[in-house]
Amino acid sequence: MGILDKHKFLEKNATALLVGSLLVVSVGGIVEIAPLFYLENTIEDVEGMRPYSPLELAGREVYIREGCYVCHSQMIRPMRDEVERYGHYSLAAESMYDHPFQWGSKRTGPDLARVGGRYSDEWHVDHLRDPQSVVPESIMPKYGFLEDKLLDGKYIGDLLKTHKMVGVPYTEEMLENAQADFMAQADPDSDYDDMLERYPGAQVRNFDGKPGVSETDALIAYLQMLGTLVDFSTFTPDPTR
Amino acid sequence: MWDYLKLIVLALVTVLAAIAANYARDFAYQVHAILVMLVAGGLFLWSVRKTGDPKPPTPTGYMDGVIRAGAIATVFWGVVGFLVGTFIAFQLAFPVLNFDWAQGYANFGRLRPLHTSAVIFAFGGNALICTSFYVVQRTSAARLWGGNLAWFVFWGYNLFIVLAATGYLLGATQSKEYAEPEWYVDIWLTIVWVAYLVVYLGTIMNRKEKHIYVANWFYLGFIVTVAMLHIVNNLSLPVSIFGSRSVQLFAGVQDAMTQWWYGHNAVGFFLTAGFLGMMYYFVPKQAERPVYSYKLSIIHFWALIFLYIWAGPHHLHYTALPEWASTLGMVFSVILWMPSWGGMINGLMTLQGAWDKLRTDPIIRMMVVSIGFYGMSTFEGPMMSIKAVNSLSHYTDWTIGHVHSGALGWNGMITFGALYYLFPKLWNKTGLYSLKLVNWHFWLATIGIVLYAASMWVTGIMEGLMWREVDAQGFLVNAFADTLGPKFPMLVVRGLGGVLFLVGSLIMAYNLWMTVAKGEPKPAAAMAPAE
Repeated sequence: MGILDKHKFLEKNATALLVGSLLVVSVGGIVEIAPLFYLENTIEDVEGMRPYSPLELAGREVYIREGCYVCHSQMIRPMRDEVERYGHYSLAAESMYDHPFQWGSKRTGPDLARVGGRYSDEWHVDHLRDPQSVVPESIMPKYGFLEDKLLDGKYIGDLLKTHKMVGVPYTEEMLENAQADFMAQADPDSDYDDMLERYPGAQVRNFDGKPGVSETDALIAYLQMLGTLVDFSTFTPDPTR
Repeated sequence: MWDYLKLIVLALVTVLAAIAANYARDFAYQVHAILVMLVAGGLFLWSVRKTGDPKPPTPTGYMDGVIRAGAIATVFWGVVGFLVGTFIAFQLAFPVLNFDWAQGYANFGRLRPLHTSAVIFAFGGNALICTSFYVVQRTSAARLWGGNLAWFVFWGYNLFIVLAATGYLLGATQSKEYAEPEWYVDIWLTIVWVAYLVVYLGTIMNRKEKHIYVANWFYLGFIVTVAMLHIVNNLSLPVSIFGSRSVQLFAGVQDAMTQWWYGHNAVGFFLTAGFLGMMYYFVPKQAERPVYSYKLSIIHFWALIFLYIWAGPHHLHYTALPEWASTLGMVFSVILWMPSWGGMINGLMTLQGAWDKLRTDPIIRMMVVSIGFYGMSTFEGPMMSIKAVNSLSHYTDWTIGHVHSGALGWNGMITFGALYYLFPKLWNKTGLYSLKLVNWHFWLATIGIVLYAASMWVTGIMEGLMWREVDAQGFLVNAFADTLGPKFPMLVVRGLGGVLFLVGSLIMAYNLWMTVAKGEPKPAAAMAPAE
């Protein structure tokens, strides 16, 4: 076999072998990843998507830190049972501000892509404190300690700014008011109208029912928002996708 | 001159780490800064004391000290990784093991990345580094290039592991599976990895053999591809130079695609190409037969590395990833079956004419079973990548079972075989302390894997079917919580499988320890010729 004899060259030349392998392994990634950045139908055009509010973003940080993504997906597939159980299948647009994505890969617990509004805040507090008290079969660990970790939002502005740098459309106004908005969303007695104008649909409550903004507050604010942003009455699927 | 430069750099790192620890925004970052400060400070003192000492003559012959250290680290991290794995397996069966007093540190969500990283990167990574250093010297008839740079690779890599592992427990993670470490740990790994490539390539270029041996193609392909994957998947902006958090450059669907391009090729290159390098050296050595087919190894190598990189999207079937990407991923995953089995055939048929050794040599038996598991999981993988199958298997325990038949069966067993081969050679002993204990290890590990894989098939397929079950009226039959009870017995069986595998590895650790401590020294001989 002629071509296999030619292989001798690569076997005697380490640099050629190195460069050759690098070229060969580059192809697949370039073909599969690069088009996702310029093909227009990759991310649907939908109404209602907005960047996370500071409190929701802080809750998302807790979600990431505790490894929730290890057992919970946020990606509903278009099968009948999933749509019945969890709601409308997930759109690419719904995670367009997720740096990084939280689709997950395993359902040791149920999908959370549309968990927002499904349970009350009290249920979430009880469930985080002791999951088995509300779902006896549950094998989820307890997360009561989050209630005791109070947040002051000192660095939340930096977090928003970094998200802006990677392309999330936070405005200057949002960055300036990050800490104030953070505190306002967890305090129904505050002056939260400006916050709501900046983050339409954000839910203002004292989520854990305790004074101060705790990590539980932030996490529940995040969970109660999940899957509630897109207005599906205006959504038409793109058949070319 | 070089000594003084080193002192300046170490002093600088120590001071900067102290400053970083002072301004730290989060606990994980602070602990890491203190750790780096202590390491750099300690090295500084050590270097000061040694500066000006007369230089020892440049050693010749093979550089085996670093390989001995790597072999010990492999055993150590293996036991740690299996222990954590067994523990979290029982956490899933008995949630009370998520202890109340350790809620913020040892819940399943924080321990799971610790387990995966300990097994893949600590156990697997040390195994790859130490065997590649052994193999490249023997097949090139050259000493490791770069002097103490090889030691830098070993210690630097293990520092990376300690930083990653403590980071997970203390809450520093970027949440990308198998790439959880935060930005500064990623940067450190990049530096170490480049040093690794330099040592490896330098040694090959110094070779006295004309041809580069096939095992080295696989090791080299693994090193360079992992560098590419690591860098692209970890592109992120730190929120602050004084904190561990960073924000990924990509979002949503693009980030998901990049992550699974990385994730699947962590399997394809870290756990497959690198370990195939191991197979191509240690199986022929232990069987005392040449590799079955030279042509097949050429086709195997190029086809495998070209095709593997495409397979990532099969982790994202039916998600918001566009259909075209998902279909490409499926097609290439199925094609990948062929080179995978080509490699399996090449490994197994190397035993041609030596099959009788299966009866007498438990080490060769371990290697053969490992290649068998490789064949099994490289069939199961393409099958699960078919969309229709994946619609059932995705999100279930089946995936977990598949990963473990590959990781425990293929990676674990081939590494155990290589360690049993290496220890007597590295410590200059006539043989292992006890072949009978190797036999025990073999059976415990094999039965453990069978229990693990079988129980995960049962729970995985069962929960997949229960989730999609609808009654005659079209309503869902089961709530999500209804699937948890029926899974319980199988989760316990899975944990027991883990216990057997862990016990086997402890027996190995004891056996290797006794080999070093009590083994009969080999009579002194002239340096072994290049092999």
